[in-house]
Amino acid sequence: MASHDPQNANGRLVLKLIGITLGMFGFGFALVPLYEVFCDITGINGKTEDEAAVYTAVEVDTSRWVTVEFLTRTNSGMPWEFEARTKRIKVNPGELHTVEFYVRNPARRDIVAQAIPSVSPGTAALYVNKTECFCFNHQPLGAGEEALMPMQFYVDPQLPEEIEVFTLQYTLYDVTEEAKEASETAALPTLDAVAVGS
Amino acid sequence: MSSATEHATTDVAHGHDEHAHDDHHHAIPTGIKRWLFTTNHKDIGTLYLWFAFIMFLVGGAMAMVIRAELFQPGLQIVDPNFFNQMTTVHGLIMVFGAVMPAFTGLANWLVPMMIGAPDMALPRMNNWSFWILPFAFAILLASLFVEGGGPAFGWTFYAPLSTTYSSDSTALFVFSVHIMGISSIMGAINVIVTIFNMRAPGMTWMKMPLFVWTWLITAFLLIAVMPVLAGVVTMVLTDKYFGTSFFDAAGGGDPVLFQHIFWFFGHPEVYIMILPAFGIISQIIPTFARKKLFGYASMVYATASIALLSFIVWAHHMFTTGMPLAAEMFFMFATMLISVPTGVKVFNWVATMWRGSMTFEVPMLFALAFIVLFTIGGLSGLMLAITPVDFQYHDTYFVVAHFHYVLVTGAVFSIMAAVYYWLPKWTGKMFDITLAKWHFWCSLISVNVLFFPMHFVGLAGMPRRIPDYALQFADFNKWISIGGFAFGLSQLIFLALLIKACRKQGEPVSDQVWEGAEGLEWEIPSPAPYHTFDTPPVVK
Ligand code: HEM
Ligand SMILES: [Cu+2]
Repeated sequence: MASHDPQNANGRLVLKLIGITLGMFGFGFALVPLYEVFCDITGINGKTEDEAAVYTAVEVDTSRWVTVEFLTRTNSGMPWEFEARTKRIKVNPGELHTVEFYVRNPARRDIVAQAIPSVSPGTAALYVNKTECFCFNHQPLGAGEEALMPMQFYVDPQLPEEIEVFTLQYTLYDVTEEAKEASETAALPTLDAVAVGS
Repeated sequence: MSSATEHATTDVAHGHDEHAHDDHHHAIPTGIKRWLFTTNHKDIGTLYLWFAFIMFLVGGAMAMVIRAELFQPGLQIVDPNFFNQMTTVHGLIMVFGAVMPAFTGLANWLVPMMIGAPDMALPRMNNWSFWILPFAFAILLASLFVEGGGPAFGWTFYAPLSTTYSSDSTALFVFSVHIMGISSIMGAINVIVTIFNMRAPGMTWMKMPLFVWTWLITAFLLIAVMPVLAGVVTMVLTDKYFGTSFFDAAGGGDPVLFQHIFWFFGHPEVYIMILPAFGIISQIIPTFARKKLFGYASMVYATASIALLSFIVWAHHMFTTGMPLAAEMFFMFATMLISVPTGVKVFNWVATMWRGSMTFEVPMLFALAFIVLFTIGGLSGLMLAITPVDFQYHDTYFVVAHFHYVLVTGAVFSIMAAVYYWLPKWTGKMFDITLAKWHFWCSLISVNVLFFPMHFVGLAGMPRRIPDYALQFADFNKWISIGGFAFGLSQLIFLALLIKACRKQGEPVSDQVWEGAEGLEWEIPSPAPYHTFDTPPVVK
């Protein structure tokens, strides 16, 4: 390449082609947010909102019944016991419900968990509105402790007619390491402040 | 253009001695230096082709390990983790080390000769793009020997297999893929610039030989998707070592996203491995049918449409990931649509042969086998494209049968056809025809014993990438393994033939070599002189 004066035709074309190459490298990374936005809008990968919905006197459709099933699993290497206290529930769209999940940490160490929801069929995910969920935050449990974690939700009356049953599954991940790192970085500024002050 | 140089080359009539690119050496240096520093497109083509062939043998040796383990049910020869490393590295080597470099080698040899150019447009970059490849594969192969073993997650390196569950050597895998990617991007840029800027006067777009056309389109596919591959391996690297969570659900990522990005690269990649093959077959069939290629323009448009369509079908590899119905329908029909331009090609080849004066020299034998067997692979592809049945076939040996028909009896057979077709032009001597026929018939029979029964065990439910299997698959697998060993041994005949050819043994050939051959490369002397077309030919 070096022998080519960038003014000439080869040089110009090479620059264009390198431009396309870099552009496509960027595009590969752009697929990540694009995918997230796309799934957020269409809900097709079964992810529910990760922020609390506000329940504003939604009209309850008493003429229609939808069955919601709850499944729980733990990711490999996650020792917690995790169980839905309500396995399935029949609801009217628009009606607010609370269900509870039981967790116990049988390990000899403190563990921080993160629950990741997934709805099947994926298209139902857009219509599951949670006003309160343990999955919005990290959940710490000391060694041997147990707890009941509540989840409050309602089904949007707009839920497509053909969906009569859907499943909401939670997977628990062990995020102790990540949580520690995050709190350490969060703690850094205060340490700095102390150092500066003294 | 650079300094005028004198040439010590022997034969060609250089009317003048102005040379653009080889200003480094006045005479052809000999020994290792010639090959290390060469910027000559023919030397680099030869290097690529030998490299590809060595990788073909190395990857083939791994396939022998796989077939030896699968000869009987149960675990006998290797442990499962090593088995997984073999399937993974076999796939990576065959795709990135054998098929792709072989096509690049052919492009180096042939594109300048076919368009009447003296060399590739960027000869020094050409040298680099070849010489980084051996390092890439040395790194990949070395990773097999580090503690914990090499990559064992399949050539598709799905997350979380390649992130959470992979061995410590994954960084080596990532770097080697980066280098392979850089090499093929540089090669592709070179091909594009050469074709755009170095065509001889009168070589208009629609006069270009089809091999040149298909490579031009392939080169655009390469610069479009190899960077995406580089991106996705980088994400795997940072997920594994630097705490990002592109593909980790616990951190807000999504493992299915990996598959989308990978197959956005992966499906165009399979066409990168077949479009040049279409070009080769389109050169060979007219020669031995002694007729002009039927439907030249439609071939060009079909190639371009296949390339464009290849960007919108990637999720046919992901039907079972739980896509919504609308998406499954879209990807199913888009995939089926690709078989239309593919069918146009097969139709045109058959129409070219129709009422032709056919003879069956070795390149033609391989080309004919290509047409029949590639079509079988296309048909199993169509079956896989039907979403509901793919739920049954996915991740079984049926898929393995499909892609080996399109890649081995497709891409690899086309490369062999090309080597037999142009080898006499390269060496000036006819290859050993008896050995070549042995090579052809042994390969043809064994390859079908090897891959055809895979359809049946696949339909019956034998999963791929597992070192053991249920008893009812035992007989078929024995035959498959026997076919595999026979196919592997048959390639040693090819090796012997190539060594003889490189020693310049054999009958001298004419400039045209094959009676019906047409095109610029058949007008220059045989063997092709070190420098050709220093004065551009005029194309009528
Ligand atoms: C008519 C054309 C084709 C159709 C309709 C087609 C369709 C498909 C489908 C649906 C799959 C996914 C199967 C599964 O995983 O369940 C597949 C896999 C595959 N195809 Fe094709 N295909 C075609 C041509 C080709 C060609 C020309 C090549 C390469 C030269 C190719 C290479 C592959 C490979 C390598 C895989 C497997 C990838 C993996 O999972 O490791 N296919 N094909
Ligand atoms: Cu595909």
